[in-house]
Amino acid sequence: MKDVILEYIKNEYLDEEEAEDMRLDENTPLISSGIVDSFSMVSLKRFLEKKYNISLPDEEATPQAFDTVNDIIALVNKHRKGA
Amino acid sequence: MPITGPRVIHTGDYEQLRAIINWDRARQELGYVEGEPLNIGYICVDRNVELGRGDRLALVHEGHGGEIRQFTYRDLMLLTNGWAHFLRGLGVRPLDRVCLFLDRHPELYIGFMGVVKTGAIAEPLYSAFGEDALYARTSDSGAMAIITGRHHLGKVRRIREKLPALQFVVVVDHEEEGRPLREGEVAYRMMDHRRETFPIAKTYAESPSVLHYTSGTTGAPKGAMHVHSSIFAQYLTTKVVLDLQEDDIYWCTADPGWVTGTSYGIIGPWSVGVTQVVLNAGFASDRWYETIEKHRVTVWYTAPTAIRMLMKDGLDPVRRHDLSSLRHMCSVGEPLNPEAVRWGREAFGLDFHDTFWQTETGAIMVTNLPGMPVKPGSMGRPFPALDAAIVDEKTGVPITEPGKIGLIAIRPPWPSMMRTYWNNSATYYKKFLNGWYICGDRASLDNEGYFWFSGRDDDVINTAGHLVGPFEIESALLEHPAVAESAAVGKPDPVNMEVVKAFVALRPGFTPGQDLELDIMNFVRRKLSPLAMPQEIEFVDKVPKTRSGKILRRVLKAKERGEAIGDVSTMDDN
Repeated sequence: MKDVILEYIKNEYLDEEEAEDMRLDENTPLISSGIVDSFSMVSLKRFLEKKYNISLPDEEATPQAFDTVNDIIALVNKHRKGA
Repeated sequence: MPITGPRVIHTGDYEQLRAIINWDRARQELGYVEGEPLNIGYICVDRNVELGRGDRLALVHEGHGGEIRQFTYRDLMLLTNGWAHFLRGLGVRPLDRVCLFLDRHPELYIGFMGVVKTGAIAEPLYSAFGEDALYARTSDSGAMAIITGRHHLGKVRRIREKLPALQFVVVVDHEEEGRPLREGEVAYRMMDHRRETFPIAKTYAESPSVLHYTSGTTGAPKGAMHVHSSIFAQYLTTKVVLDLQEDDIYWCTADPGWVTGTSYGIIGPWSVGVTQVVLNAGFASDRWYETIEKHRVTVWYTAPTAIRMLMKDGLDPVRRHDLSSLRHMCSVGEPLNPEAVRWGREAFGLDFHDTFWQTETGAIMVTNLPGMPVKPGSMGRPFPALDAAIVDEKTGVPITEPGKIGLIAIRPPWPSMMRTYWNNSATYYKKFLNGWYICGDRASLDNEGYFWFSGRDDDVINTAGHLVGPFEIESALLEHPAVAESAAVGKPDPVNMEVVKAFVALRPGFTPGQDLELDIMNFVRRKLSPLAMPQEIEFVDKVPKTRSGKILRRVLKAKERGEAIGDVSTMDDN
């Protein structure tokens, strides 16, 4: 899951040249660093829901819950287990 | 030492304020002599040093990792001089357009002042703009230079060949060991260039200073052109509405890519010589409260969407921080709902003062003033130095009857009024009716003269306080290979006021589905910006249009709001 999400973020939210310059890993801040803003979070949430066949409640899709890939994995797993 | 001019004492008497607040007061307090040169860079930077504020902090900048950089007014003077020498050396001349396409780094704030010192026109652009949005604005302005950072260089490179006027791309964070720059790209490390002096361009009150792009219902984004005398309005409103005083620590949360971030995130606070804080990090409630606590912010200018996001996180994060430094709070960008005002009172023990203005007006026009009762949900009253009214939409005659809805209008001239739309004076002249400037928003008055917002008078989408043009979104949608027809409207949203919703008719061979929806969303985000990305796409057989082919957005908007659709006699029902 980690690689899939990292790849998606790299492809969708980083410019090609930026992606080459930046080391992105599961602990890189996404929201607080501005890589993903609150509007773009909507498409990231939509991707996760589609990819993992889950529904993420809006109240749980907070900037904190999306701040690193590790945070995102924890959120996705919580809802996969509950499914 | 008093701050520039005597303090305005807010007694709560509006008529008394009208008697003492006027543009001449601003001219006088800023030491302006009619007919003499006037430059925003001089007023905001060098003049503060001359007045003995050289050692005062002008900018406290916090990066997303928590790193702090501080700049005194003297630092500002040396660094803006460095910028100005550098730009002049590149060939930048008065009236050239220089685009600042940067995240909220110190280079943006200080570089802005360097640009205006040369007499060139600063064109700040939101750094999250995609390449199409960047191209639309820089091609219209004919920018001769773009100042940017490595994060955004790719977008600039992809449109560069289509910008014949563009001579230089300045990269503020290039590293020697990094990948090489290309022809026409120049590295500039601001901190290496401090210069004691620079012969500031002899600009005058009516010399162009700033070009800010804004969206309309139709056509490409329009560049509202402002002049150096706009500073009189930005200074006076900063002093009177934001109530900035000698020892205030001020935080404006807006990005200078939008007009609030320039008028009140650069020019306003520095024109009165206070210390301002900039946080270059994404939104998070705790981080915002930490910023207020750590820097002892006293005056805070933010936006309704941000306030509603803070509300969502509740009072616990508020209680975890010492926010006792706060003494005044204002809001801008969209109407502030009554619940947000009431929550502000509970959370901070203070009122959020809603302010109304727009890119074209350059400064606050209608506002809740310190010391006067805040009616939750009201926009307040006209800034005391100007005349604002609600006028009849057909005749332009002021409406005095309480509760009757009309158009918000401002009596020109005022110092920060746009002087034209760049390359589009025809549209500029359409903004006037019966001698009034028409803002494009509907409102009514109450029996005490307070303005109450009712809605936009056009199809422009206000999302999180930013205006997004439906035409620009629809054009981007049509570039997607699956899209045959498109319409974009604002869908009501509890946090952002509106979000973009798109209606899309597909080309033969394409099937609606989640994959396609996400693909189209990301397509628009990359081309325009995250703000312009439809947060919802509805696939339809066809988009409602008039028989002459005009998209009937009002039909779609009414449907989204659960309102009556109204007259559809002109709709093409074939």
